[in-house]
Amino acid sequence: MTKLILAITIVISAFPLYYMIVIASRTNTEATDMPPPLLPGGKLGENIRSVLANPDAHYLTGLTNSLIVAATVTVSVVVISTLAGFAFARLNFKGGKILLLLVLLTMMVPLQQMGIVPLYRLMVNLEWVGSIKAVILPYLLNGFGVFLMTQYTEQAVPNELVEAARVDGASTLRIWWNVILPAVRPGMGVLGINTFMLNWNEFMWPLIVLTPDNPTVQVAINSLNAKYGTDYVLIFSGTLMSILPLIVVFIAFGRQIIGGLMEGAVKA
Amino acid sequence: MSLHVDAGQPTRTPIPPSRRRAHPRSGRSFLTWLDLKAAPYLLISPYYLLFLAFGLFPLGFTLYYSFFDYDLTGTVEWTGLGNYTAMLGDASFWKAVVNTLAMFVIATVPQILLALLLANALNKRMKAQLFVRMGVLLPLVTSVVAVAVVFTQLYGRDWGVINWILSWFGVDPIDWKAERVPSWIAIATMVDWRWTGYNAIIFLAGMQTIPKDLYEAASIDGASRRRQFWQITIPMLRPTMIFVVLNSTIGGLTLFSEPTTFYNGNVHGGTDSQFQTVSMFVFEQGFREFDYGYASAAAWLLFLLILIGSAINFLLIRRIGGNK
Repeated sequence: MTKLILAITIVISAFPLYYMIVIASRTNTEATDMPPPLLPGGKLGENIRSVLANPDAHYLTGLTNSLIVAATVTVSVVVISTLAGFAFARLNFKGGKILLLLVLLTMMVPLQQMGIVPLYRLMVNLEWVGSIKAVILPYLLNGFGVFLMTQYTEQAVPNELVEAARVDGASTLRIWWNVILPAVRPGMGVLGINTFMLNWNEFMWPLIVLTPDNPTVQVAINSLNAKYGTDYVLIFSGTLMSILPLIVVFIAFGRQIIGGLMEGAVKA
Repeated sequence: MSLHVDAGQPTRTPIPPSRRRAHPRSGRSFLTWLDLKAAPYLLISPYYLLFLAFGLFPLGFTLYYSFFDYDLTGTVEWTGLGNYTAMLGDASFWKAVVNTLAMFVIATVPQILLALLLANALNKRMKAQLFVRMGVLLPLVTSVVAVAVVFTQLYGRDWGVINWILSWFGVDPIDWKAERVPSWIAIATMVDWRWTGYNAIIFLAGMQTIPKDLYEAASIDGASRRRQFWQITIPMLRPTMIFVVLNSTIGGLTLFSEPTTFYNGNVHGGTDSQFQTVSMFVFEQGFREFDYGYASAAAWLLFLLILIGSAINFLLIRRIGGNK
């Protein structure tokens, strides 16, 4: 029974992804056959080339932009969260408890959706509309990251270690660099992977603030979807390529991702 | 990965605290004092500066905008609560609210039950544990837009796999996109496909923190497995359940990507807005009609909806197993 449940789940989980490969490697006539095709065909290379060459999607630009945005956001969020996590977990300062509580509260508010109109007007005033700066900056704000790194630092770095370094005359920044960073590296990894994946998938805000000729990969797919709604093989080839980086990350770091998720959930 | 800690410096003999305090107040000790007092604020300042700029400032301005009337010619006029009162009488806003709530319920209830079932199955000794868990979590790493594209095809009226399967049972082709309830179901399954495995992993984490001797004691008392699940697992899972349900509430009530992609990237949510969510309504008012004030008021009402939804669900979960 248990095995059956798990087997069915895995089949259902994998089927849409498999189906993506099936359609992406067929022709449009085959894709609309009845009954639908269930095995991959031989047209994948050709379809991918037509996505890359499509004049409306700017697919390669989208892919490059997504990489730049996700990587920049990931590195910044990890650094910002590790700094704040250290302060909240291992330093005593006035108002620390309340400030941490504020972080937790903001995690409950869908800030990006709530503030969407003023954020857009801000980008208009800064003349950043259409530039990837506009999709990087608002995402550097990540309460979950601060929360996670506070938890992680508390668990990974004993207070005595910080005290000892202090007695040795190390400054706070030096302690962060030499004591905290080496100890919380696994936590940084989990946060980094999560941030990268979430950011890669971001859709609403890039759709508002970017233009179709300088998109992220999700916006590029949206352009394909909007303009070529019935050209299934084109859209599916585009989506297939857009998830490949995530699948690679997932396969490489599956153990850490699951471990991080499970740890984070119990502590929350 | 090991947790090897390298302090980077050879350890020196610690100076006894009494001698340290005896030092005269030199420039160096002032710097140390400053470092102790100011460094924590310095470390958290990047986060809080970003929070001010991209969190609090937009939130406040959303409220401010919601009191003004913007029109396409660029005139801006103070209307007080005008946007809010107009919206309470706006049928298209209420339609979006109903759509959002309906999709939320259709998606979340089966999702939580399935996730519990799945977590229970995962919480047993098995071979290839990592492989199975990764298989369960696979949907999460797929981008939302990709999921929606695939499901839109699967739910196609004429060539979709789902109508094809239903035809084996003599069901006539369903026009998933055009009809209201079918479109809700189609979108809800997209949400569920993506999040059920994730929630199962979270529940699994919660289950593994439940002390084993509770189950042993129950077995000795002759409680069946099923009984143990309902009497021990579910009540003990309450904290995890709250986390999962609040997460689903926020995610479900701000649903945007799936229904938008389902209608080929259009935020109108179908010919008759039959699956337009409140988030899509905010988007449409703000960035298609350019009525910033109305969109901002809608955003605040959405927030209110989330608060009410979270509070109701929180109270509901607290009652589950709370008085057992």
